[in-house]
Amino acid sequence: MHVLRTIGALTGREILKFVRDRSRVLGAVAQPLALWVLLGLGFQGTFRPPAGMDVEGGYVAFLFPGILALVLLFTAIFSTISVVDERTSGFLQAVMVAPTSRTALVLGNALGGTVLATGQALLFLLALPLLGVRPTLEGMALVAGICVLTGIGFTALGFAIAWRMDTTRGFHAVMNLVLLPLWFLSGAMFPVEGAAPMLRALVWANPVSYAVSGLRHGLYTGTEAALAGPVVCLLVTTAFAALMLALAVWQVRQPFFRT
Amino acid sequence: MADPAVDIQGVTHQYGEHTALRDVSLRVEAGRLYGLLGPNGSGKTTLFRILSTLMPPTDGTARVFGTDTTLDPVAVRQALGVVFQEAALDGALTVRENLRFQGALYRLRGAALQDRIDELLARFDVADRADDPVEELSGGLRRRVDLARGLLHRPRLLLLDEPTTGLDPAARRSFWRALRRLQEAEGTTLLMATHLMDEAERCDRVGILSEGALVADGSPSALKGELGEETLWLDADEPRALRDRIEAQFGVSTRLVGARVQVAPPDPPAFLASLYEAFGEYIQSATIRTPTLEDVFMVHAGTSPEAPRGRVLARGGQTDESS
Repeated sequence: MHVLRTIGALTGREILKFVRDRSRVLGAVAQPLALWVLLGLGFQGTFRPPAGMDVEGGYVAFLFPGILALVLLFTAIFSTISVVDERTSGFLQAVMVAPTSRTALVLGNALGGTVLATGQALLFLLALPLLGVRPTLEGMALVAGICVLTGIGFTALGFAIAWRMDTTRGFHAVMNLVLLPLWFLSGAMFPVEGAAPMLRALVWANPVSYAVSGLRHGLYTGTEAALAGPVVCLLVTTAFAALMLALAVWQVRQPFFRT
Repeated sequence: MADPAVDIQGVTHQYGEHTALRDVSLRVEAGRLYGLLGPNGSGKTTLFRILSTLMPPTDGTARVFGTDTTLDPVAVRQALGVVFQEAALDGALTVRENLRFQGALYRLRGAALQDRIDELLARFDVADRADDPVEELSGGLRRRVDLARGLLHRPRLLLLDEPTTGLDPAARRSFWRALRRLQEAEGTTLLMATHLMDEAERCDRVGILSEGALVADGSPSALKGELGEETLWLDADEPRALRDRIEAQFGVSTRLVGARVQVAPPDPPAFLASLYEAFGEYIQSATIRTPTLEDVFMVHAGTSPEAPRGRVLARGGQTDESS
């Protein structure tokens, strides 16, 4: 019971913070939106799927699941940036000296970031009618599931990294090093079948690829541009989320100050 | 006999090669206000981290009301409130939202939590700002809200790590009034780290930390008493040389305290006259007064704490600028 209240309080705080900071709300939506419009319309005429593959709706539609994934990654990861400062000087120290579980701290933060990330991603789904896409109910359930799991995975990853960082600048540096390559190599921008063999191997090894493919399945039932079947996508995304949660919990259970 | 609020025995702590605490033993009886005095880097914060269960000591034991901080940290956390150097509040949340959040961490809920929040807001005179975001509050108000946060669950022991840093004198006065009221009303034991002499002066008992070792421990008056009654304090360019000359010529007991010479003759005013006759040119200034905590600190720690200057020339002992 107490664990649930702690989680609830932490989740509520994340949401309140986000809603009160209008620039964050705008920033998390504007960047992926701009990327989608610019890249999508830019390549719409020249994009050619690999032989034998049918991609309905052209590049704008092909890119869309990747943009959803980008919204998820950015919102989830950057919801944890405040952890860097709050751990070294204040707010989270108060949580650490309270008689509450360390796991609840991780779960509360992860859940907060996940709600934000999923909310933003679902907001993007309002663009679906523009694409002429009518997803099925099962498809939407799959999209929601992938959103939540990806949100948890990346908030937990962000938390684990932020917990070890002394400055937000360092956090930004690490994130740029990790986040964008993960996205570029996820099959979000190009069909993996058409890529060079070495690149293809990287895409296969990248957990984000399975989130993007899962979203593709959900939005375009029977798509041919996915890396694996929907079940495999769900399983890999779940495993990634569980692994990242475990990493974050392990991290937060270490002595608070290095000795 | 009840367990002491804090019982630290033989605690040593190392960060890699660096030894932050050396065999520190210290007791704080329940209900007291104990001041831990020391310059930055003397080990105060390390001791607080150990007491607040944020890390185990390399060696030795720390107990809070009889419970070992390493063996049962959750029980210690329940008994403990902590006010950190920087307020542990979320600036984007209102005062009340921050306190509600804190309540959730300590299993407080419903009307009981509501009443406790109202009670603390009233006690610390911040009730009218309850629904303002914390980032809009002044430093002094924020400190008081943070104190309310640390006290929400009625901890039996409150740790305060230099809580008045950055406060103006008026804000510091009202913070201290709040502490006193707390000690009287709820019998809370207070352990405060500070490097300010006038704050240490108000504590029931003071411990002096220097380079990780506890070099003195006692009530302010007892510690000052060890340095004698009214004595003569001399400022000189070359205090060591001056002391040697005085000892050679007059045979009185002297002590080198930082850059000062303390001389304890039977009749200080009369002695001062003959001293000026003999060594007037070596003496920059002379004062007759009772020892201050700063003197105590200098004797035990060998260096000056970061104390405000300018009051040491007052005759007859400690003046207290900010009370």
